[in-house]
Parts: sequence; C-alpha cells; structure tokens
Amino acid sequence: MTQMSEGSERSDIQQAKSHLQQTLEKGKFAVTAEIWPAKGANAQRVRNKAAILKGWVDAVNPTDNPTAIIRMSGLVTSLILLEEGVEPVLQLQARDRNRLALQSDVLGASAMGIRNILCLTGDHQSFGKDPQAKGVFDIDSTQMLQAFKRMRDEGLFISGERVKPRPELFLGGAANPFGDPFEARVPRLAKKINAGAQFVQTQPVFDLERFYKWMAQVRSRGFHEKVHIIAGISPLKKARVARIMQEKVPGMLVPPEVVERMESASDPEEEGVKLAVELIQQVKAIEGVSGVHIMAAAWEKIVPVVVREAGLR
Amino acid sequence: MIITEQKDFSDILKMLERQKRVFIVGCAQCATLCKTGGEPEVLHMKQRLEDAGLEVTGWVVLDPACHVLGDKRAFRKQREEIEIADSILVLACGNGVQAVGEALNRAAIPGIDTLFLGDIVRANEFQQRCTMCGECILDKTGGVCPVARCGKHLLNGPCGGSQDGKCETNPDEPCIWEIIVERLKADGNLEALEEVTPPKDWSKATDSGPKRLVIDR
Ligand code: SF4
Ligand code: SF4
Repeated sequence: MTQMSEGSERSDIQQAKSHLQQTLEKGKFAVTAEIWPAKGANAQRVRNKAAILKGWVDAVNPTDNPTAIIRMSGLVTSLILLEEGVEPVLQLQARDRNRLALQSDVLGASAMGIRNILCLTGDHQSFGKDPQAKGVFDIDSTQMLQAFKRMRDEGLFISGERVKPRPELFLGGAANPFGDPFEARVPRLAKKINAGAQFVQTQPVFDLERFYKWMAQVRSRGFHEKVHIIAGISPLKKARVARIMQEKVPGMLVPPEVVERMESASDPEEEGVKLAVELIQQVKAIEGVSGVHIMAAAWEKIVPVVVREAGLR
Repeated sequence: MIITEQKDFSDILKMLERQKRVFIVGCAQCATLCKTGGEPEVLHMKQRLEDAGLEVTGWVVLDPACHVLGDKRAFRKQREEIEIADSILVLACGNGVQAVGEALNRAAIPGIDTLFLGDIVRANEFQQRCTMCGECILDKTGGVCPVARCGKHLLNGPCGGSQDGKCETNPDEPCIWEIIVERLKADGNLEALEEVTPPKDWSKATDSGPKRLVIDR
C-alpha cells in the first residue's frame, strides 16, 4: 500500500468561504431558494431545477425529506447542484439521522465543497407517508449546530475524537417568529447563536405585524449583528394553499386578509407573485434583515419571476 | 405504573389456534388498575375462551406477575392445571409475560399490549410521563419531561411547530415545551432557554440494549 499523507489541517477543497457567506458578510442582500428533490431516481429533474434558478439566487436549499415524505437525498441533490454550478445549502434534519450519520454527512459534504449547512430538527414522521417509522431525534438542531461548529473550530467530533482535516462550514439554523410561545422565540434564537448559527432562515412571513415585533426584539438584543437573518417568503399558487397553511401547518401564521386576498383574486398565481414581491419589499426595508429565502415548494419556476419583479436581480 | 391494553380477542384466538387447553395468568398490580389483567378481566377472558370452544384448565392472579421467584412459588399450587394446558395466556405487561415464562420454563403468550409507563390522571385515563431515559433531567425542565412528552424528545425546545399550546405531532397533546417555558417564566428564569443543553447519553435509555441492576444491600 502506498504511503498516505496525513493531509493538511484544512479540507482538500481550499476555498473556505461559500458565496452565500461572502455575500452576507459584504452586507449584500442575499437571495436563497428552496427546491424539493425528485421523488424518483432521476438526476435530470434536479438539473432542470438548477437551470431554472442559476443566476437568480445566491444559493439553493434542497429540502431533506420535507414533511417526512421521501425524496432524493439532500446530500446527493446538493452535489448535483454543485455540478450544475449552483451553490447548495445542505439541509440536514435530526429525524432521519443519528449523530454518527450527521457528522459523517458533514465530512462528506465539506470534502466535496459544500459549505452551507442548515441544521433542522425536522418535521415529525407522523406528517408523512411513513408514520410507522421510528423517529431518530438523537440530537436536536441546536445540538447539531454545536457539534458541527466544534468539528470546524476545534477539530473534534461529539465523542471527543479528532477530526482531521477539519470541515469548512457556514452554519445555519431555522427560526420561527410565528410559533408559540412567542416569548420563547427570541431566547431560542439566542440559543442557536450560542450553539454556532451564523445565519438563520425563517418560516415564511405572511404576518408582518408579528415579524416586525420579533425583529424589534431581535434588534433590541443586537442579534441582527451576530447572525444573518434571512426571511422566508412563500409565493402562493392557490388560495387553497393559503388556507391550508393557516389551518393545517403547525407553526404558520397566515392572516385572514391574505387568505381573502388570494380567494378573491381573479388570477391567483399572479396575485401570489404580487403578494410575494410586496412581502419581499417590506421585509427588505426592515433593519437587520439580510436576505430572503424563497420557498415555492414544487413551483420553482416562479422564483426567477419573483426575484426579478422584486428588483433583486 | 405500566399501562396496558387488551389485544383484540380475534388476535388472541389466532395465537391460540390449534390449542385446546389454556391456563390464564393475571396480575394484581398495574394490569388490575388498567383493567386488563385483574380478576374480573381474567374471568371474562375465561368465559370468552370457553364460548369460543377452548377449555380453560385454571387461572391465577399473581401479585405481581413480574416476580420470577414469586411466580414459581404461586404456580406450585396449580402444577397440574398448568401442566395439562397447551398454552399459558398472560394478562400482564411484557415483563409479566416473560417472568411467567421464566418461572415455568416454557413460552407464555401475551393477551395484552404493553403501551407505556404512565400516571393515572383520572379514573380510566392514563398518560405517559417518563420513557426511562436513565438520567433524569426533571430538575432542569420545570418538573415536566421533554424526553417523554415532547414529540421529538427535544432538549432544546420548543420546535417551530408549537402553536396555541398544542404539539405539532398531535393536536390532542399539549406542547410540553410551552409548559416548560411557562414554568421557567414563573420562576423568573427565562434565560435558561438560552443555554444549550448538550446531547443526551442515550446509552442509559431503556431501549438502548439489555439492562440489569443488582443492588448490594
Ligand atoms: S428525564 Fe428521563 S427519567 Fe426523568 S422523567 Fe424524563 S424520561 Fe423519565
Ligand atoms: S410542538 Fe412542542 S412538544 Fe411537540 S414536538 Fe414541538 S416542541 Fe415538542
């Protein structure tokens, strides 16, 4: 066997900072978007989505078995995005993987040039098509952030074993200004910052009042200077979606005016785009908001339209 | 206590297929309180099995069923009824079924399903409170347990799905983290929410592998 070199302390891919991190650090308004990986063994569908989004956004989050429904692996989807020249934000959730799997995925991701990682707890398995599955939840999203930060900064796994070379990572978490109890929402952001979050992507904003209130608390503690806050924006395609989001999706607030506006629209798709554009302009004007994360579910083709009409590109 | 529920009678009959004679064992403790393995349930089971054409050679309600030595002693009095039985049907938790099997050195059949470790919150209502994680943290969580009662066992909750006090995994259940936050707030200790609770040592938890405990006094 040939002598293997121990390698340097740094990963084999040299560029340390992701484009998303650089954008945010330069104070430029960032745009990210979500894609839902294919529900089948087809890479071409991911490539098609990449082609739609390329040039319009700074980075793309492939969701990780969202709503507990099986889709192509987020890690593999991220690699396909990289091949297509689109920077991924790898989403990892705690429902499907224990600490061994999560840390090993992070090594692989970093080695292949994936820097942005979004740490999530994940929707409960009871939401999806496999409610009989055993949920893992070995570590939660906060512990995940802390673990990945330690891998990067101290070169140690959770176990205390050494990581060599260390992964290069830009770490993010989710924040939900719309969940309850409201008084726990800013402390929870504080906790994620303490754990290692460098950016957060929020749940979709529809209830601006609530979002203003949350941001005011965030600013009063100076957290907008410690973490890049990327506001979620979800373009609505149908009035029905607005109603379902309000009534059925836990932790979402869609005010009745929004539901009514969508219901009375003659062209709901056009209204959905208009609403998304307005919301983008409103959140962009808030001090401390560093970007938007467009969550269009499987309606990815609308993302460039929204980005263009909002004047972001 | 251990909360149990009777299996469907048709499933019990399936387990007893091709058997003629059955001996029934109940338990005077948890299964009695859950009305799954007390004397009335044992007698009711006897009646139903007989109606279904099986012979019940005898029955006993052990106090408790999960005591191997105690079971051995109790069974001595009914040796014959047990020996002629093709099957031993146990109306006790999974521990009880295995203790009975061990005491008799033969396989016993479960007549009830073992659900969880719970409290009696009011007559006929039981709620899960503890999943035996092996390292109790109730001192840090306002005396209510997120390991057992949060749908995702979050130690750093609440998750993003908590709304109107309800758990995202089951709208019939409270978000336990909302209750924890209330208690922390009442103690003027909301800052505790900002401290990261490190990963838990699940090797101590009940489902991480076989366990035993020997006490030396
Ligand atoms: S912390 Fe562990 S031991 Fe304590 S109540 Fe919860 S599950 Fe039971
Ligand atoms: S809603 Fe509350 S109890 Fe339910 S999973 Fe989330 S944090 Fe846990």
